[in-house]
This record gives sequence, structure tokens and C-alpha cells, in this order.
Amino acid sequence: MTLVRQVATTAIILFARFITAVRGVWQGSEPTFRQRIYFANHTSHGDFILIWTVLPNQLRQMTRPVAGSDYWLKSRVRRFIGCDVFNAVLIDRGQESRKQAPVDIMTEALDTGASLIIFPEGTRNQTDEPLLPFRSGLYHLSKARPGVELVPVWIDNLNRVMPKGEFIPVPLICSVTFGAPMHVGETEDKNDFLARARSALISLSSKSTALST
Amino acid sequence: MNQAHADLLTLLAGIAGILVAASLIGYVLQRRLSPDGSNAVIENLNARIKAWWAMVVLMAIAFIGGRDGVILLFAFCSFAALREFITLTNVRRADHWALAAAFFLVLPIQYYLVWVDWYGLYSMFIPVYAFLLMPIISALRGDTDHYLIRVAEVQWALMICVFCVSHVPALLSLQIPGYEGRNVLLIAFLVAVVQLSDVLQYVWGKLLGRRKIAPFLSPSKTVEGFIGGIISATLIGAGLWWMTPFSILQAGLLALVIALMGFFGGLVMSAIKRDRGVKDWGHIIAGHGGFIDRLDSVIFSAPIFFHLVRYWWSLT
Repeated sequence: MTLVRQVATTAIILFARFITAVRGVWQGSEPTFRQRIYFANHTSHGDFILIWTVLPNQLRQMTRPVAGSDYWLKSRVRRFIGCDVFNAVLIDRGQESRKQAPVDIMTEALDTGASLIIFPEGTRNQTDEPLLPFRSGLYHLSKARPGVELVPVWIDNLNRVMPKGEFIPVPLICSVTFGAPMHVGETEDKNDFLARARSALISLSSKSTALST
Repeated sequence: MNQAHADLLTLLAGIAGILVAASLIGYVLQRRLSPDGSNAVIENLNARIKAWWAMVVLMAIAFIGGRDGVILLFAFCSFAALREFITLTNVRRADHWALAAAFFLVLPIQYYLVWVDWYGLYSMFIPVYAFLLMPIISALRGDTDHYLIRVAEVQWALMICVFCVSHVPALLSLQIPGYEGRNVLLIAFLVAVVQLSDVLQYVWGKLLGRRKIAPFLSPSKTVEGFIGGIISATLIGAGLWWMTPFSILQAGLLALVIALMGFFGGLVMSAIKRDRGVKDWGHIIAGHGGFIDRLDSVIFSAPIFFHLVRYWWSLT
């Protein structure tokens, strides 16, 4: 199983590089072993694959994406990719059906030492706005585990590679920009913090043009 | 070992010698002037030299792989170049199918036609069939916003990145009496002259450059660099006559045409970059920007060189 998993990992990363020639830009943070919550903009199902691709090998192994179980448990292939390859932390997005609050599931995952990739918009952004308003999960998670760094990650151009409803990707160059780490202030209000995190993420977008060096 | 291999080895040994010298100079310069990596010019020079090694090794492997290897190598270059070019265009949702067709139909078909040596079709497949097909696909999606610009951009991308580049491996199919089995040396001649012309323009420009030749397009290019680079590339081209079917004079004249087309190709690609507001096409090759940054001068000289040689020397 581990061999299959490794082959699948390598294949997915090679494919991502083939289509997007993706490059990681570390702007204000470094790829180190610190436990982190990477929070990123969400426009495509391939988003965390790109983040995953640009992370160094050992960091990749300790980093788990947080994803919706409704999508990743739907078929055997998705289950294999989601659970076995990406080792995703699956959360139930249905308010009614879920047994455990998403923040609790994520906190448990953090307590095992893993870093997380989360998409605080909660769903894929299909609008012309650069970012949707953030859900509050990021705030509660950071309050629960204040020692863990929050790192904003801007994914550029992937929405053009595979717009919603298309099934053939068009090869275009993408970049993934990691910003400076941040924490919730001790007295900081929820809305203030979410606004601050959101603007930290947006500020990476103007700088992260894929083609300038 | 046949004559082609022997000539190729001579050329590769020469290039390897130049690169060893360049690497040594780069190393000494770095030790002397930029031990902490602070001198941007020297760091850039060393990154370029490293990238040169990688390119020469890649070319050598492709040449060993023969015709198939060369065609595959340039097909991949076309793919990477097209990926860079399309990234900078205004294409939108409605062009998605047209773009997918450009990458996954037009590009493979063009190189397949080169591979099966169907000159009558590969010399017009893109300018006729692809150019008519792409706007149809985009029009079917019904988005007319900036339609003409979008269509023109995709067509130019195909012309530059696929059509022109595919004329490099197409050199392999020319049938020149008394030159059978050595066509790969025509590619080596073209690439060597173009790239040396680029490097020599850079070197002459750094040594003597005073007057800018195209201040709005490419501020680093100078009149002195242009003249020095073109003349020295022409002389080197003439000096490489032994690996071509040409006489010394013919080799020199062709090298002059190649170097001039390469220079103007570089200017055109700079104009496009200015228009799109970027400095480099991409970030793939350290110190060199993207694939198109290295290919731009080959792109413009390849089809002209191909047709000149085909018209005057080839039987087919």
C-alpha cells in the first residue's frame, strides 16, 4: 500500500508540474519544520495539490489538507486519493448531519503534530471577487491552539487552468506564494482578526504574478 | 562511427571547452568580486553558465537519440513555450476548448506531421487549418468580448511556439545530395550560431556598449553589442562550414541571416513582454527566465533557415 501511495504521490506531483510548472515563492516565511496552519484562497479542487507540490518532501509528509467529506468520500478513486494519498482531515460540511464540530476535528489533527492546509472561504470561489468572506473556523482554531503559526498562501492562476465545469486542464504557469506567519492577538476580536487574515492573504496576490522574477 | 558523429563530437568538444572556460572564469569572478553572492551581475552570469551546461547536455542526449529524440525534445520545448505564452494572454473561459485543442491536438499533430515527413501538410497545417478551427471553437461558446484580440493571441501563440519551433526538427527531413545522414548537424549549426550570437551580443554590449539600439524595447541591447555580436557570429558560422553542406562564404551568409533574424526575433518578443508588463517569460531555467527567453531568437531564424536551405540545397 505504501508503494502504491508513493507512486500515486509522485504521479500527481509530476502531473501538477507538467500542467502548471508551479513554483513556490517564500515571501516572509521559510519552509521549516514548525507546525503551521496554511490558509489559502480556494478556486479549484487542485488547490491543495499545488501547495503540496511546492512543499519540500518532509514538510509534505507532515502536512494534511482539510477537505469536505461530501466530495472526497464520493467514489473509490476520490477516497483513495483523499484519504490514502493526501491523508486529508475530512470534515462534514452539512450543519445537520455532522456528529463533531469541524474545529474539534482540526484541533485533534493538530494535536498529533500535523500541519494543516485550510481554505477559510469554506467553498470554491466562483465569483470575480479575489476572495470570499472568511468563515470563522480559522479564528476558533487559532484560539484553541494559539501556539501554531498561521501562514497565508496565495495560489495564483489555477482557476484559469481548470474553470468549473471543464474536465480538460489547460496548461498555464501557476505560482504559490507563502506570506509572513501571523497569530491571533490576545484581545483581538473575531471580525478584526478575520479581516486582518483576509487582507494578509489578498496582499500576496498582487505580488505573486507568476511570470515576473 | 560515421562522419556525422565525428563532426558532432568535434562541435560538442568545442562547446564543452568554451563552457569549461566560462565556468572557470565565473568561479574566479565570484571568488574575487562576489564571495557572499551580493554581485547580481556575476550571480546572473553563473546561473546562465549552469543553465548552458544543462541545455548542452540535453541537446547532446537528444542528438544521440537520433531523429525521434530531436523531435521529442523540440515538441517538449514547444509545449513549455506555449504554456508560457498562453499564461500571458487575455484568454478566458470561452477559449478553454480552443486552448485545450491547441495543446492536445494541434501541437501533437504538427510534430507527428514533421515526424512522418509530410512537408505539404506541416508547412501549412497551423496557418490554414488551425487558424480557421480555433476561432470557430471560440465563437461557438458565444463570448464576443475582446473576441478578435483573444483569437489573434492564440493564433500568434501557435505560430511562434509550435509552427516556428517545429521547423528546427524539420531540418532533419531535407535531402541534400552528398550530405545524407548528417542533417542533425544543420540543427547544431543553427542553434550554435543563434545562441553564440546572443552570447556575443551580450559580451560585446557589456565590454563596449554605449549607444542603446532599442531603448523602449530592450534597454540592455546596444549598437556596439549588435554589430560586434552579428559580425562575430557570422565569422563563427563561416568557420563552422566543415559540418554543413555549404561553402565557407555560403555558411557565413546563412549565419548572417540567422543572426539577424535572431536579433529581430528577440526584439519582437521583447515588445510582447513589454506589452504584457513582464520582464521574463517564465522561471523555468535559472538565470534565463523562461523557455521563450532562450528560444526567441531560434524561433524567428528557424523557418527562414529551413526554407533557404530547402530551396537552394534540398532535392525535396
